[in-house]
Amino acid sequence: MEKFKTLIATAIPLDIENVDTDQIIPARFLKATNREGFGENAFRDWRFQKDGTINSNFVLNQSQFDGPILVAGDNFGCGSSREHAAWALTDYGFKVIVSSFFADIFKGNALNNGLLPVQVSPEFLKELMTTIKASPKTEITVNLEAQTIGIKNSNYKDTFDIDAYKKTCMINGYDDIDYLLSKKHIIKEFENALV
Amino acid sequence: MGKTLFDKVWDAHVVDTIKDGPQILYIDKHLIHEVTSPQAFNELEERQIPVFRPDQIVATADHNTPTLNQHLPIKDELSRKQLEQLSENCKKNNITLYELGHKYNGIVHVMAPELGITQPGMTIVCGDSHTSTHGAFGTIAFGIGTSQVAQVFASQCLLLTKPKSLRVSVNGKLKNGVLPKDVILYIIAKIGTNAGTGYFCEYAGDVFENMSMEGRMTVCNMSIEMGARGGMIAPNETTFEYVKGREFAPQGEAFDKKVAYWKTLPTDADATFDKEYHFDASDIEPMVTYGTNPGMGIKISGFIPETSDASFEKALEYMDFKKGETLIGKPINFVFIGSCTNSRIEDFRIAADYIKGKQKADHVTAWLVPGSKQVEAQIIEEGLKTIFDAAGFELRQPGCSACLAMNDDKIPQGEYCVSTSNRNFEGRQGQGARTILASPLMAAATAVEGKIIDITKQLN
Repeated sequence: MEKFKTLIATAIPLDIENVDTDQIIPARFLKATNREGFGENAFRDWRFQKDGTINSNFVLNQSQFDGPILVAGDNFGCGSSREHAAWALTDYGFKVIVSSFFADIFKGNALNNGLLPVQVSPEFLKELMTTIKASPKTEITVNLEAQTIGIKNSNYKDTFDIDAYKKTCMINGYDDIDYLLSKKHIIKEFENALV
Repeated sequence: MGKTLFDKVWDAHVVDTIKDGPQILYIDKHLIHEVTSPQAFNELEERQIPVFRPDQIVATADHNTPTLNQHLPIKDELSRKQLEQLSENCKKNNITLYELGHKYNGIVHVMAPELGITQPGMTIVCGDSHTSTHGAFGTIAFGIGTSQVAQVFASQCLLLTKPKSLRVSVNGKLKNGVLPKDVILYIIAKIGTNAGTGYFCEYAGDVFENMSMEGRMTVCNMSIEMGARGGMIAPNETTFEYVKGREFAPQGEAFDKKVAYWKTLPTDADATFDKEYHFDASDIEPMVTYGTNPGMGIKISGFIPETSDASFEKALEYMDFKKGETLIGKPINFVFIGSCTNSRIEDFRIAADYIKGKQKADHVTAWLVPGSKQVEAQIIEEGLKTIFDAAGFELRQPGCSACLAMNDDKIPQGEYCVSTSNRNFEGRQGQGARTILASPLMAAATAVEGKIIDITKQLN
């Protein structure tokens, strides 16, 4: 997993609520047996029209918007547990997703893939969305160590929560398997104590 | 202070607690399928980590499997490869697999309970969000991502922060024609699709106490649709009776010992919850969804709300419905009875009971997809297939089928499908397909009438 400390970059405003994992990566693209290449089909049915042509109304196809930060509406990542959603977003190039609410499983999957979910207040999200839409070149500052997110060169700032253990993992690029393997002896003791 | 059902099962599985961090939770059973496991097997292989407890893993093929001609090689190359990969991975790692055609094959959340793999008081995980289904037994069961599948392979444990507690109580008598599916659709419509996020839910009250195991599974299955990682129902005599005698259930004295333990699991009278909801059973009607998430549901006698916001309007535009209108009378061309929500024998009995002596409307394609080979066999044995055949319904072979548009069973662009599955997201059943979630009874009635009807008018 890649390490993550701070990021200063432009962002893409996806002003839609309840973005579910079927939209992030439709089930028909889940047939691969590796983790790579899912970015190509990220938001497939929103990026393309039914006849396969590009949907120019969709924000990812609007050239004024670019960047590794996706700013999305409330309840992002609901639905299926498919980690392919997190893989699709990272493979597409996203490093941070900002929303006022994340679905549980998606949040965990994102953290396990070095994709930082930043949960902000509904007011800050609205401010962020409006600002980026009005000035697409606006830079957003995300600081994981300080747990802050802000609009660069402005006073708009918010803090975000992250589990202390997960924060350490992200900053150092560790994952849970390393930790669990180091605890095998107590896991075996636990098993022996079971009737 | 007393403990909840969830507390009791959780606490019994905590291996260790990291200071200011998550807990290590021991997992009793790990269910896997072809879609979310291959990358986890790859990861272990790359890191040269062996599978720690292969005996506690059970695999099945379900998402990608065709529901016709299962004896023939799978036509879709990628699907075939994914299934082959699963077989190879299971063989290499000594994991029990019920592959396509096996007498125990089926949707993971249908086959595990019917084999007695799922038992009260356990922790069960699977790389599938509808793992919450198994909570019907008083089990902590929840969906995990593929990285976590790899963690369980490596250590039979997960690092987790204990979720908050939520209780949804429904008391009273359900009206004629109101099924467990209506109860859960009603709850989600009332509290919303993210009311349960961060919580583990317990369903309590006499409605659930008196519900069959099949019904409880339908309810717990959709816990994730209100955002909850899982839902559970306290085990009682109905649960013990269901588990007893099943293939992998404890037998004889061992079973009695287990029952004595299971009886200690229900929530203590003085336990408290972080959040509670109470509903009156008599307020529930048959439900239908009109939008693109499972919380967008109304009573069959109700009208689409007049909400004004962009996401709501986007959903109505996708569905081609208008604010304030009723769904009664909407012509429907596709009906799907199946999925891990409603593909158990009880669901087909209900459908058959309604369909008997009637005919499917000519313009409707009606697919009936059993959740497992065992359910399929039971449908034939009980004579239900004869009823379905005579009425023009198509009984197919087991699998996830048209729930998720991953296999051959897809609903065409722009078509409405009254479906007993769990998600009405955009494109869930096929690109541009429009899903209306409902109970098996409502689905059967739609197929017969060729349009959505208020089933209570026929029953009363």
